Amino acid sequence: MAKVLMKGNEALGEGAVRAGCRYFFAYPITPQSELPHYLAKRLPEVGGVFLQAESEVASINMVFGAAGAGARVMTSSSGPGISLMQEGISYLAGAELPCVIVNMVRGGPGLGNIAPAQSDYFQATKGGGHGDYRLLVLAPYSVQEIIDLMQDAFDLAEKYRNPVMIMGDGVLGQMMEPVELPDVEVGPVAPPHRPWAATGRMGRATKNLINSLYIVPENCEVHNQKLWEKYRQIAANEQRWEEYQTADAELVLVAYGTSARICKAVVDMCREAGQKVGLLRPITLWPFPEKPFTNLLTTAKQFLAVEMSTGQMVEDVRLAVNGQRPVYFYGRSGGMLPVARDVYREVQKLYCGGEQ
Amino acid sequence: MPKVFSRPKSLKDIPFHYCPGCTHGIVHRLVAEVIDEMECFDKAIAVAPVGCAVFAYDYFDCDAFQAAHGRAPAVATGIKRVLPDRLVFTYQGDGDLAAIGTGEVVHAAARGENFTVIFINNAIYAMTGGQMAPTTLLGQKTTTTPYGRDRQVNGCPVRMCEMLAVLDGTAYVARVSVHNPANVNKAKKAIRRAFEVQMAGLGFSIVEVLSACPTNWGLSPLEALQWLEQNMIPYYPLGEFKVPAEEGGGQNV
Repeated sequence: MAKVLMKGNEALGEGAVRAGCRYFFAYPITPQSELPHYLAKRLPEVGGVFLQAESEVASINMVFGAAGAGARVMTSSSGPGISLMQEGISYLAGAELPCVIVNMVRGGPGLGNIAPAQSDYFQATKGGGHGDYRLLVLAPYSVQEIIDLMQDAFDLAEKYRNPVMIMGDGVLGQMMEPVELPDVEVGPVAPPHRPWAATGRMGRATKNLINSLYIVPENCEVHNQKLWEKYRQIAANEQRWEEYQTADAELVLVAYGTSARICKAVVDMCREAGQKVGLLRPITLWPFPEKPFTNLLTTAKQFLAVEMSTGQMVEDVRLAVNGQRPVYFYGRSGGMLPVARDVYREVQKLYCGGEQ
Repeated sequence: MPKVFSRPKSLKDIPFHYCPGCTHGIVHRLVAEVIDEMECFDKAIAVAPVGCAVFAYDYFDCDAFQAAHGRAPAVATGIKRVLPDRLVFTYQGDGDLAAIGTGEVVHAAARGENFTVIFINNAIYAMTGGQMAPTTLLGQKTTTTPYGRDRQVNGCPVRMCEMLAVLDGTAYVARVSVHNPANVNKAKKAIRRAFEVQMAGLGFSIVEVLSACPTNWGLSPLEALQWLEQNMIPYYPLGEFKVPAEEGGGQNV
């Protein structure tokens, strides 16, 4: 199939459409606006519905209704808007509803700015809303990967009946790259039959209830244990990552999304200088890919986490390394990007024996 | 002998948890009777609130959702956009709808979302312990207005029906009461009309039901009904505030 040139935010939309999503509820916020622009135009062409909600609070609850009614449904936002959605995300996780939530992260905290950042990592991977729950969090690093992961996001959401977050940033949203689109038929999609969905009984012998209320503590604990078992299975089965030049790497960079693109360039610079440096790129941020560390620890003497934050994922790297090697951190924040030569300088300090 | 009165099919045969004298039970029954009479049982989807009626989904035998506090109109919007031919209704108290969920109900109404809101107004937050609601009357004592609601401190009660009726997206707006049998009958007619408006695809419909809360008002069930009639109805007048244009409405009355 021929490649087309596409912007990251638009790829999120086209990827969702090709994955069978026909319902999109969202509220405008920069830097993800091209996504609602795209779907406002695209969804009516394929028999879908785009509705601009009055707030992020409303949009995530519209997702709750549509998901509970059995539809493939998505919302998108950025930092401050995702914060407003946390109540709804907790309810979606509690009621075990599949949906996809896109967060094109911007600089924070507070109003921050509209520049790219990765500072919503804690919020995405550690819960964010109230109660014990987890989201599957996928972090694409190219426009093609946005397209590919969008299909996976909807499939995983349904497989586990759990919200899935796609976490990107303003760079990924704005960049244009050639992509290959999946060759699928794009037309109206009737909501598939889901035995648990509340669609009206329509002759069904028993009623269906979409609920997250368990007023009796014993029952609420049973519910939490059931969820935890699901999260345990997800953690065991769904870790995804990419390794680049790690087979003999003595220093391993760990970075995802836009930072990983920069780190790939740094690895190439180091290899040209004859230095054994590699990159571990988490694709799932939750579950965090701990599995590759067993192998990496056979050659790696040290790790350097590179993030567009003041240090969030580095805590998961430390947990995975579990004290067996030193873990260092380099980050830019507030919407600033790490520059390859600055990361290279950090690597040189560590690789050439100097402590940070 | 023919059977002339029985439990509606849409209502489960289990005891309500509501306090003695609470009028939720009457409203549940009216909604269920209308669903039965319209033969909409299989199409009905209820959205339960947060508050005393949080377990409404246990009593209605149709499919149901339990929504976050105040968010029922947004949840119903999502449901109805996916399943436009179903009978979707939210059941919300005054704290749920007139305070935390004001944004959701106003905008669902403004968009003309084609579902029905059953709005229970008892002038108080009940489940959380009798605090002031947006609908609490001036001078009314609650646990958070122990000296009576003071306009200078707490502002004025909100008349939701009057507010929503001015929006072009609303098709049917009515306020009823269940303090005596005659008004219970009128309430049922309004609920039926709201559901009919929805099934005809005419837009947003809401029925506000003035209801008694003897427990938090500190009154006997009978005194509570009298208090409702004497104090709430003068501030919250009963009637249809808007009916569909083809029925001679479309104007605010």
